[in-house]
Amino acid sequence: MSATGIGASVRRKEDLRFITGRGQYTDDVNRAGQSYAVFVRSPHAHAVVLKIDATTARAMPGVLAVLTGEDIAADKIGGLICGWMIHSKDGSAMKAGGHPALAQGKVRYVGDHVAVVIGETFAQARDAAEKVQVDYEVLTAVVDMNAAVKPGAPVIHDVAENNTVYNWHLGDKAATDAAFAKAKHVTKLDIVNNRLVPNAMETRAAVGDYEPGTESFTLYTTSQNPHVARLVISAFIGVAPEHKLRVIAPDVGGGFGSKIFIYAEEVVCVWAAKKVGRPVKWTADRTEAFLCDAHGRDHITHAELALDENGRTTGLRVHTKANLGAYLSTFSSSVPTYLYAPLLSGQYNIPAIYAEVDGIYTNTAPVDAYRGAGRPEATFVVERLIEVAARETHTDPVKFRQKNFITSFPHQTPVIMAYDAGNYDASLQKALAMADYKNIGKRKAASESAGKLRGIGISAYIEACGIAPSAAVGSLGAGVGLWESAEVRVNPIGTVEILTGSHSHGQGHETTFAQLVSDRLGIPIDNVSIVHGDTDKVQMGMGTYGSRSGAVGMSAIVKALDKVEAKAKKVAGFCMEASDKDIEFKDGKFTVKGTDKSMDFGSVALQAYIAHKFSGQDLEPGLKESAFWDPTNFTFPAGVHICEVEIDPETGVTHIDRWTAVDDFGMVINPMIVEGQVHGGIAQGIGQALCEAAVYDSKGQLITASFMDYCMPRADDLPSYNVGMTQTPCPSNPLGIKGCGEAGAIAAPPALINAITDALGTENVPMPATPQTVWRLAQKKVMKHAAQ
Amino acid sequence: MYAFNYNRAETARKAVNLAGKLEDAKFLAGGQTLLPTMKQRLASPGGLIDLSAAADLKGIEMKGRNLVIGAMTRHVDVATSELVKEKIPALADLAGMIGDPAVRNRGTIGGSVANDDPAADYPAACLALNATIITNKRKIPADEFFTGLFETALEDGELIVKISFPLPNKAAYEKFRNPASRYAIVGVFVAKKGKDVRVAVTGAGANGVFRASNFEAALTAKFHVKALEGISAKAEGLNSDIHADAAYRAHLIGVMARRAVAKANAK
Amino acid sequence: MPKVSMTVNGKAVSGNIDSRTLLVQFLRETLRLTGTHVGCDTSQCGCCVVHVNGTAIKSCTTLALSHEGANVTTIEGLAHDGKLHPMQEAFRENHGLQCGFCTPGMIMTAVDIVNRKGNKLDEQTIRHELEGNICRCTGYHNIVKAVAAGAEAMAK
Repeated sequence: MSATGIGASVRRKEDLRFITGRGQYTDDVNRAGQSYAVFVRSPHAHAVVLKIDATTARAMPGVLAVLTGEDIAADKIGGLICGWMIHSKDGSAMKAGGHPALAQGKVRYVGDHVAVVIGETFAQARDAAEKVQVDYEVLTAVVDMNAAVKPGAPVIHDVAENNTVYNWHLGDKAATDAAFAKAKHVTKLDIVNNRLVPNAMETRAAVGDYEPGTESFTLYTTSQNPHVARLVISAFIGVAPEHKLRVIAPDVGGGFGSKIFIYAEEVVCVWAAKKVGRPVKWTADRTEAFLCDAHGRDHITHAELALDENGRTTGLRVHTKANLGAYLSTFSSSVPTYLYAPLLSGQYNIPAIYAEVDGIYTNTAPVDAYRGAGRPEATFVVERLIEVAARETHTDPVKFRQKNFITSFPHQTPVIMAYDAGNYDASLQKALAMADYKNIGKRKAASESAGKLRGIGISAYIEACGIAPSAAVGSLGAGVGLWESAEVRVNPIGTVEILTGSHSHGQGHETTFAQLVSDRLGIPIDNVSIVHGDTDKVQMGMGTYGSRSGAVGMSAIVKALDKVEAKAKKVAGFCMEASDKDIEFKDGKFTVKGTDKSMDFGSVALQAYIAHKFSGQDLEPGLKESAFWDPTNFTFPAGVHICEVEIDPETGVTHIDRWTAVDDFGMVINPMIVEGQVHGGIAQGIGQALCEAAVYDSKGQLITASFMDYCMPRADDLPSYNVGMTQTPCPSNPLGIKGCGEAGAIAAPPALINAITDALGTENVPMPATPQTVWRLAQKKVMKHAAQ
Repeated sequence: MYAFNYNRAETARKAVNLAGKLEDAKFLAGGQTLLPTMKQRLASPGGLIDLSAAADLKGIEMKGRNLVIGAMTRHVDVATSELVKEKIPALADLAGMIGDPAVRNRGTIGGSVANDDPAADYPAACLALNATIITNKRKIPADEFFTGLFETALEDGELIVKISFPLPNKAAYEKFRNPASRYAIVGVFVAKKGKDVRVAVTGAGANGVFRASNFEAALTAKFHVKALEGISAKAEGLNSDIHADAAYRAHLIGVMARRAVAKANAK
Repeated sequence: MPKVSMTVNGKAVSGNIDSRTLLVQFLRETLRLTGTHVGCDTSQCGCCVVHVNGTAIKSCTTLALSHEGANVTTIEGLAHDGKLHPMQEAFRENHGLQCGFCTPGMIMTAVDIVNRKGNKLDEQTIRHELEGNICRCTGYHNIVKAVAAGAEAMAK
């Protein structure tokens, strides 16, 4: 292993600009003559827009335009789309209501975009936005999913009866019912998976620009997938054809899923830029982010696990209600269906599984993918059921898991997925050792004598990522293929530019991808640049989410590098008067087999462009290749996290005493970066389990619309993490990579809740387990203890 | 923010004069509450009178048997002052618990007391230590100063100049933070001076900071944690929100009071 | 419009500004020093931390006009003569950043912690002192390591 090659913890190339304040985020982009957009947003969760009077606002100083739904409709700008078709169990298509970029007669959640004011300065636009008079006829809002599906509930979209988008199912109902009929023990749980706000530290922003001379648009935007944004804004929304729309996602300050989607604001900015003849900039404030970014999770689930007389899992059935919010966001329909139910087998042999999912509209912000997207919800169901089943049958939770682990691969689950490789017990054993599991009894006793309650919780998670084989997702309803592209441009002096359709917004691609190239081509890592995030530079790509950049994005680079190597061998062959079949490439050197004749990579690159040693008829000059990689299977990262907590029963404060994570991500390019991904994922998972919750009141007002009320985990809420790894290479891609971006967020919540329930001696601990909640439950435990 | 006129006052006297002349002007102390409120357009003063250059409003000194702190003294200066740490360590302790380090570098004692946020820390200290709030016009005992949510006895244009704290024999502050905002869900300041024991509670009361008389009575009998056994706060009149309902707050008042007494006795 | 003058990163600067201009807006929009970021509206995230007269403050919660004559240091002013500040080096060396958005505020806060608390910082102190800075990417683990390492390096 070289110091900068695969497997080395290379310090990040991108960091220099970030630590010196030279990053270029969207809000840092300033175009000459730029104007500012401020949106007029609905203060009501459900209302008819009777009239918009912008007379006063238009006359205010610095106001360039006030644009409404009428204007956008007149320009035939289409609505936002949901790109994944889900069919209900009766075969009917999902009921997708329209999602205009500026309201057309009705608003459906607080923050819904009604009009936009464009001003010379932000302050002027903001002042004028307050003076846009909107007359609303307020309708009853429906916030609660159970209330939304009741007959007679207010209808949010006319197309969706009972506010139901779909009643979807997966699995064999008859086989599952049969398993339950024969079961010796059934564990039942009612679970709420709490609604979260992604809260990347950089809020969303957009700068739209129009060049009349070439009739072309440029959109700078905070996107995880600028090409998908261009495709949707062109092909579906119709702002401009693709070749006249350049989308640039420069440095992006975190996404966690929330910046995958195509939102109204960026559409409006790019459309309005032509309308007002000026670049238009919009940057969300944090409250707008809370109100209008797609939220995550928000499931209500009843789940049951069937066991036979030997404590083996024989069946699982699940009924989930998934809150999709007021509109279907870009990929929202897929999250509680195909990204959720296919993971319900967990790491276990469960021969029969049946899941029903109802997708429901409410007068709340749209809900879509947030770090893990469906898989944290599935893992929470499985790992809570497994833990409780073990406790109910008086079995050690470790032994219970071991007994039911899948041990031979490939393994076909009853819910689509074919697990390709893994060694679940290896991760478990390693985690137990690292967590000093065997001495937990002593530590519990020590806590008890200090008046504290100690608990330990395990989570053995699996996820499907490396998203995803195009044919597979196509057959499940996706509107796009989920391949990735790469282009390798070798310059005449042997430096290399890699153009990738992946997008880095914190993941460190500029380093990891360069390590791969440096390793493969035997050139210094400083001679490699990674280019991403600009549709004018990178032809096409699908972006970064679903832990796919390593497994899919880098595989595309490998494929393009294969082509570069093959071409370079031909060039070297001409130069050294040998057949390309006789050229070996190793450590940056092309050698004629069995001779001492060799050329280094830079010389071959130069010869490829000089082309003196061959004619165009023999071989095309140049050294540039591209490739598209379409995976053949999902990848299946898996692992075990163990959390140990100590609770102060007097206040209900949960202190996380230790956190152990052992993950199998397959091959790892940069362990430092991978561990960083694990840390961040765990922190978000702890946030979900311990403190984060998006709360709406009964009228649909978001109570937690700032960091004053929505609890973001801080440094002093969190422990240091003890991170280890096991490795079974992924067989379905050339690098053996499984992906690591979401694992922590998937693994963490059940580990933490299993620890708290262990400490409290009750299974009924909702997320987030706030001090108040834990205190109430701890009182019961203390009183029970006293009574004994 | 809405537009406003900005004015700078180099002395307390100039500040008061400006306040008399300007219509609808507010004093700007550290701005750590006022500016976020203005940014959210929840406050729209026509003018601001910036006190940050008024040197005569800053400083910490002993005057007779009282510790006197200038209104524009920043939290960080109270928290790290050797004089405060020697004379009323609980007050330094409290100042070090406000907000975060960057907020403490700007926020001031006068601003906090004048704003009287129901979850702010200083009002509890003022009340429990029986402080006197000294304005450009008069001296107001803390018991008469805090009159409700964000409401004080201050009149229009009246400026807090300094706050005078009698030295307690024993005192301590304990705070249970809102996990999101880090403001007090419940903060309890206990102070014993001679026979007089005062217990002030912030964060919990629906009407702002208040004294817990049953705790005071019990601790007057004996200033010890054991004296609080069986003493509890009533949930009526306490705040309820998504983080803590009234019953939980009532319970926390007991816990924080006991911890504060233990801390005060440990010193 | 009123005029404000101050020293930013060692350079005298001034501008005629709307009185409601926050210090962060003056830095980002008037001076185009876009390294200082805004991540919230309620002075909690700390993305905007800069040093004014040697102490860390949240530049989103203070008026530019309040800093007439002040000496302001932003993230752009931390490195000298092309040499990174030890705290900047420590963040890179310890992978104390991912998306980089909170990083300028984190580094400015970290330097302030060392200025106040010295060069030997334990984990608990660092975590406590970072109360006013939110990071969504790193889970803080490597930030804590970076601050400790940076603190030691600053002693040299």
